[in-house]
Amino acid sequence: MPSKKLSWLILALVLVFSMVLAACGPAATEETTTEVTTGETTGEEAVVPADYTGTVEVFSWWTGGGEAAGLEAMIAVFNTAYPNIEFVNSAVAGGAGTNARAVLATRLQASDPPDSWQGHAGQELIGTYVAAGQIEPLNFLYEQNGWLDVMPATLIPLISLDGNIYSVPVNIHRANVMWYNPTVLSDAGIDPASLTTIDAFIAALQTLRDGGMESPLAMGEQWTAMHLMETVFLATLGPDAYNGLWDGTTDWAGAEVTAAIENYATILGYVNSDASALTWQDASQLVTNGDAAFNVMGDWAEGYFKELGLSPDNGTDFGWMPVPGTQGSFQFLSDSFVLAVGAPDRDAAIAWLTTCGSREGQDAFNPVKGSIPARSDGDVSLYDTYLQSAMADWAADTIVGSLTHGVVANDSWKTLINDALGVYLTDTTAVEAFQTSLVTACQSAGPCQ
Amino acid sequence: MRSKKEAWLSFLLVLPTILAIGIFVYGFILWTMRVSISQWTGLLPDYTFVGFENYIYLFSTARFQIDITNTLIFTAVFMTGAIGLGFFLAVLLDQGLKGEAFFRSLFLFPMAISYIVTGVVWRWLMNPAQGDRISGFNLLFHNLGLDFLINRWHTTPGWGIAFIAIPAIWQLSGYTMALYLAGLRAIPDQLREAARVDGATEWQIMRYVILPLLKPVTLSAVIIIGHMSLKVFDLIVAVAGKQLALDVPAINMWQTTFDGYYFGVGAAIGVLLLLSVALLIIPYIIYTQKGEANQ
Repeated sequence: MPSKKLSWLILALVLVFSMVLAACGPAATEETTTEVTTGETTGEEAVVPADYTGTVEVFSWWTGGGEAAGLEAMIAVFNTAYPNIEFVNSAVAGGAGTNARAVLATRLQASDPPDSWQGHAGQELIGTYVAAGQIEPLNFLYEQNGWLDVMPATLIPLISLDGNIYSVPVNIHRANVMWYNPTVLSDAGIDPASLTTIDAFIAALQTLRDGGMESPLAMGEQWTAMHLMETVFLATLGPDAYNGLWDGTTDWAGAEVTAAIENYATILGYVNSDASALTWQDASQLVTNGDAAFNVMGDWAEGYFKELGLSPDNGTDFGWMPVPGTQGSFQFLSDSFVLAVGAPDRDAAIAWLTTCGSREGQDAFNPVKGSIPARSDGDVSLYDTYLQSAMADWAADTIVGSLTHGVVANDSWKTLINDALGVYLTDTTAVEAFQTSLVTACQSAGPCQ
Repeated sequence: MRSKKEAWLSFLLVLPTILAIGIFVYGFILWTMRVSISQWTGLLPDYTFVGFENYIYLFSTARFQIDITNTLIFTAVFMTGAIGLGFFLAVLLDQGLKGEAFFRSLFLFPMAISYIVTGVVWRWLMNPAQGDRISGFNLLFHNLGLDFLINRWHTTPGWGIAFIAIPAIWQLSGYTMALYLAGLRAIPDQLREAARVDGATEWQIMRYVILPLLKPVTLSAVIIIGHMSLKVFDLIVAVAGKQLALDVPAINMWQTTFDGYYFGVGAAIGVLLLLSVALLIIPYIIYTQKGEANQ
């Protein structure tokens, strides 16, 4: 019976190997962890000279379309400023950054960080990489380059933790934009300029429904529902109380939040019934096709409209305004670059970040990508009509952060909110249960302890 | 002597496979189990032991309860549909009709397509839009004057997941058909003839002779379809994206682990998935081993 013995032997071997592996795994990673924390070298750094020779590896998920072209334009500016630094573009394609982040996480765990990488400015980045001790504070760069004077003062706290700024925002997108169909509105006798409050907005939705448009507000899959939610919260709470949600000074269990959820529930009543089957592009297109009157979506929708051959200039293809009730607030999201702890070539990385924050760098990147610079001194003539209006608001408005796009909450908290929202969307009358789970989410992953 | 040498040679030949499976399957299963009882949250591993806290937490969340309900509905519809339709097609093909080989391949072909492709195509077919934007099956029903069939497909509140099972049935019923066809062909004609001689009707033959003899085939089909349906992920994501109304454990595991960085909780979902599949498969393995021993 050699075969029976053999199979026992095989089984034993398999078990032994698995145990060896199970024992090795954790130990190996722990080693990496200590290395990362001890490798931290922070401190003041002299400005990198223009003739510095080195290599900078920059990691991003900008591999196609306006993003890749914008990155190329910014690399050209970098190469002019620092001709002796070789730029290594380590972009990873796929999944709106999901693949890239997975690759990055693996490299970071193996203590093989790129010099600098892309991330959504704010808590998404801070909650992930600062918590793990993987990126350096950049306050010295902001001070040396005078960026604190050219970036909105209300922006800085949103991209900082405990007074440390952790990334250089390259572009700015606005989340609280409502796109509308001018023809549909004028046919229904609605003046877009009159939509300055949530109540006026709800009244307009009802007018349109009475006029025969069953679903005047277009929405898409679940993340666009979260996007709509954050703008309604901002409209109901106002910028201060909205910011307070994320630092723990606004009570999630309070009456203001209840009111916000109720407004959200009312507005959801005017949304197309097939929302969960639509992408954001499908939903935005309902507006330009005249199937819906409004769509709340970030200003990348403008880039999509232009791809469809529509123009922001003629006033008939599409119109835009801040989401009713959010005038004077600019709910932003941003792609930004960081400085790795233990960067293989720290000076070259600092040179790259200097270009990222410079006027030339941002004005090279943003007109191509279809976003506005984080600096308020960009060259207005380079941008189209919509972007010019956004630049004016960026310089004048109160800046608040977007939840859906990683500014105000870390990924863990956002996931819990997303779960709560998903459950709520299956029954939008369950306002109380939704609020309870939002409170729980803040207690387990946010600042409410 | 020779047989011992051969045994060692064969052992050496399979050794690489054993090592690979030992490490990449069983090793990682053990490691996942270890992670599932740790408090690891965030990018950095944290193996602090927390007992079954992650499991208890999971069962307390509304999302995981939706997952369980959805998995049960999906499995029930998918299994009944794929096995019922597969059996029906097999019986039809077994009647010795012309062009049988053609139909056999035709029904089997969908299996060669990946779930993602199936999902994208059925996303178009099951478009829930109505009114001016009507399309897919709804448009077909409308043009055929069958307006009462127009429905919201996977956006139907509460039962959306049952509609996701339709493409799965379309894809896998050809496979169960092939299983049943092989089973039917293996039943000796003498048995049917003997039953006919005893005066049994065709229906009685089917019920009391054929079906009992096909029991092992049905069991295999239940196992195969069952474990596929417990693990379903790509089909749902391709048809409907990630939304909680159509959530299943595999999607929850992905989002919890890679979007929310709750590695401990994500690993716990993984272990529960493995256990649920094991509950289905281990009795089957024991059953077949017993069968082989009896022969």
